[in-house]
Amino acid sequence: MTTEALALIVFLPLLAAAGAVVLPKAWLALMIRIGLLPLPVLLLIPTLEVAHNGAYRVALAGHDSPLGIAWQLDPLSLLMLWLNVGMTLLVSLHAGFSFRPGSDRAQRFWPLWLLLFAGMNALVLSADLFNIYVTLELVTLTAIGLIAVEGKPAALRAAMRYLLLALMASLLYLLGVGLIYGETGVLDLYMMTDRLEPGWLAITAMALMIVGLLIKAAIFPLHAWLPAAHGNAPGPVSAILSAMVVKVSIYLIWRLWFWSASEWNLDTAAQLMGVLGGLAIIYGSLAALVQPRLKMIIAYSTVAQLGYLLLLFPLASALAFQAASYHLISHGMAKAAMFLAAANILKSVGTDRLSRLAGIDQRLPLDVFALALGGVSIMGLPPSGGFLAKWLFLEAAWQAKAWGWLILVVLGGLLAAAYLFRVLAVICLHPRRHGGQASVRRAPNLASVAALLLALGAIVAGFTSAPILDLVEAGLPPGLQP
Amino acid sequence: MAPLLFWTPLLVVIVSALTGMVIFIAGEHHALLRIILNLVAAVLKLLLVAMIGILVLNGYTPEFRVSLVPGLDLVLRADALSMLFASLSAVLWLVTTVYAIAYLERSPNRARFFGFFSLCVAATMGISMAGNLLTFFIFYELLTLTTWPLVVHNGTATAIRSGAAYLRYTLSGGALFLVGLAWLYGISGPQAFVPGGSLAEHAVDARLSLQIIFVLLTVGMGVKAALFPLHGWLPQAMVAPAPVSALLHAVAVVKAGAFGLIRLVEDVYGAALVAELRLDLPLLIVAAFTILYGSVQALRQTDLKKRLAFSTVSQVSYIILGIAIGGPVATVGGLVHLVHQGLMKIILFFCAGIFANLLGVKRIDQLDGIGRRMPWTSACFTVGALGMIGLPPVAGFVSKWYLGAGAVAADRAWVVAVLVTSTVLNASYFLPVLKRIWLHPPPQHWPREVHVSRLETGSLVGSAIVAAMLSIAVGLLAGHPLSPLNWVDAIVAGYFP
Repeated sequence: MTTEALALIVFLPLLAAAGAVVLPKAWLALMIRIGLLPLPVLLLIPTLEVAHNGAYRVALAGHDSPLGIAWQLDPLSLLMLWLNVGMTLLVSLHAGFSFRPGSDRAQRFWPLWLLLFAGMNALVLSADLFNIYVTLELVTLTAIGLIAVEGKPAALRAAMRYLLLALMASLLYLLGVGLIYGETGVLDLYMMTDRLEPGWLAITAMALMIVGLLIKAAIFPLHAWLPAAHGNAPGPVSAILSAMVVKVSIYLIWRLWFWSASEWNLDTAAQLMGVLGGLAIIYGSLAALVQPRLKMIIAYSTVAQLGYLLLLFPLASALAFQAASYHLISHGMAKAAMFLAAANILKSVGTDRLSRLAGIDQRLPLDVFALALGGVSIMGLPPSGGFLAKWLFLEAAWQAKAWGWLILVVLGGLLAAAYLFRVLAVICLHPRRHGGQASVRRAPNLASVAALLLALGAIVAGFTSAPILDLVEAGLPPGLQP
Repeated sequence: MAPLLFWTPLLVVIVSALTGMVIFIAGEHHALLRIILNLVAAVLKLLLVAMIGILVLNGYTPEFRVSLVPGLDLVLRADALSMLFASLSAVLWLVTTVYAIAYLERSPNRARFFGFFSLCVAATMGISMAGNLLTFFIFYELLTLTTWPLVVHNGTATAIRSGAAYLRYTLSGGALFLVGLAWLYGISGPQAFVPGGSLAEHAVDARLSLQIIFVLLTVGMGVKAALFPLHGWLPQAMVAPAPVSALLHAVAVVKAGAFGLIRLVEDVYGAALVAELRLDLPLLIVAAFTILYGSVQALRQTDLKKRLAFSTVSQVSYIILGIAIGGPVATVGGLVHLVHQGLMKIILFFCAGIFANLLGVKRIDQLDGIGRRMPWTSACFTVGALGMIGLPPVAGFVSKWYLGAGAVAADRAWVVAVLVTSTVLNASYFLPVLKRIWLHPPPQHWPREVHVSRLETGSLVGSAIVAAMLSIAVGLLAGHPLSPLNWVDAIVAGYFP
């Protein structure tokens, strides 16, 4: 039963994507519904499975590793699945508004969107390095297609740059996979542990894969492609890209690091990763502070926030793992909310230049509210999921006596407050008083509601952490058991 | 009874938060609905606080608890000290709401203003009911977030600049607070507020850590309490509308900082431990210096609201002075000043707002003869000013008396000199103002007069009069069993058994 459910979770969106391409226009709306709506219900089955048995392994086509290809469902992949399904559904609510089925744009957008969705689901389930490569390519290429889907020159340029860097990253990753296969003869993430001796070849292979993934995750100093790509893509695409797509690359690094290479002594490399994360936080925040456009600020904020996910490596404890996972979730919701709100603002005002946004809180109250609530979580101020993540990070840093990281986490929050309040201050600036301006108020639509729901999700995550943290704790990697 | 008990502290927070939400959703145009909602919520909250007060009087401690992270609880719990702060802000909120509705009658963006106004009071209630340091921190940061839109409400470039200054101070303070909090949590787990503190057992093995944490937390709270040198944001925030100033100075923000310091000294560390760690004298010196510094700065201001702002810097430090001196008498003086300063300061800001709004009078030299033009407002201002100086029977006298007596009792007689100097300074920056108001001849034209049939009608002046009567009442009736003084006596009896 679980096998069938998992298969449907991947193949239903895939089939829907194919249907959306092949079938006539009128069928698009139905295909979208088939590809998206049953997923939360289907996910309940693997959820029950994990709740009872902890983990679940599927040998595709009946051949298990090392010969065949396997999927592995454990609490962490379940968490990623839920996150992906939840976020995609909420963002689709927005996309359904901005890419309304029936138009030519929608015809181009939705197949790619469903493919991306299927690719992400397959990616977090895969246990096989080569299978991961295939899904990663599917995710990257559809993401690039989505960035360029509206055909704006800036977006096309950004997509091209992303394409070149992502191809290079894929080559590095593939090279690493090849070396590993030559060395060990296995490609299974969870079975390599015993055979993977830390020799030169294995270390090179690992390093190649991780650098490849770091490029895809846009970690400073390999972030150059991200701000332009996320800042110029259509709203829903920016949202899912920042909230999910870059995160799965980091998720994969976690898998390689804490599962496949769990026997290695990686202290020096871990410190290096931590330093990269710290630089990302500081550089991304400072860059966000000087951007003239709202979406670019949010995009640079992603560069900064991804840095926190790397702090897991030097801190390396159960608590840090909970912190990083919680950060991944709450940042996902908050960032998606902010990108969607920014897209609504962009659409209504015609530009997202900060200088033109004065006083829009009267015209677009819901969107500004969503932007602010998402911002609260990004700043890590209570009550929000971002705050709980920050608290867990602080606690983890305190336990490890890592004062440098502790200060960095606090400083990162202050920097985030600096660049986000810069936006809010401009919005609240009313240079000219228009008595009648308040009456120009757009009726709230689904696009704004989607942004608000996501933002509220990020706030609510500040109160009900127990189920998620329990799940994370059940899925701790072998090396980090408390 | 039990479930009701359990929920009451949460209910007080939720009433205001929900009001804020509904005001946002209702939008700008439903002015009447907004007014009704505001007033109903304010009255309802006052009743709730009174009800919890009765429960606390009868020996119950209603508590609401929810787990945020395993091992990390959000606790809302009403004890005697919570009620002191909660009843002060509930009463003053009602008065300020009435005042604010009248003050902002025709200005734009009222939905946003009153929405955040309600959220701000929800955060204040959370602060007063917080049962541990983490809960306190959560609402403390929430207060920062919800007051910022009020500070920048006017939307001018100056307002945005002072809003930025406000954030720089409070968020940095909050960051230090968070570091201290996490550190303390690492040493001793969740910090429930217990009279007398709960850290004594760590005093030997973690002495230095506890000292550093105390400094971090004091800085975090001192920013809002406007302790020198962390007071810079307060005079700048004066650009906000008068009801916001009242809220900042008397009801919520500055008070939240001072209240937090009381919690820190009395309920987290305990006065005995603070003394043993040799932290009381530095705190006392900072407080004493802030008192004098604020008064001297106030003397130098020509703008009425700025003078009042520096006066707050000085007056709030009386509260901290009281707890830093230690000993039952001085602690009573400090705690009771929390209430007294709030009552007196709110009158002064109400009056300053009325002067500015109706006559365009903002500078002190423009106040000449205003007593003849607006006798009621000026009378209220006089009550507030005299109370600040410490003249009996207005409330301020009671606090100063206890502070002085407590300082002598604790062998810190030099503090009396500070109190006397400060009183002289208070007199010298308030009496000339009163002289101008009552004795100087009025000018031919007021700077920017609003033409209405009668100046002193309605809820603007009414709120000021109510506040003035309250501050005389708590001074005159200090011996009544339900007066703030007696309430504080009961609290302090718990600290010094």
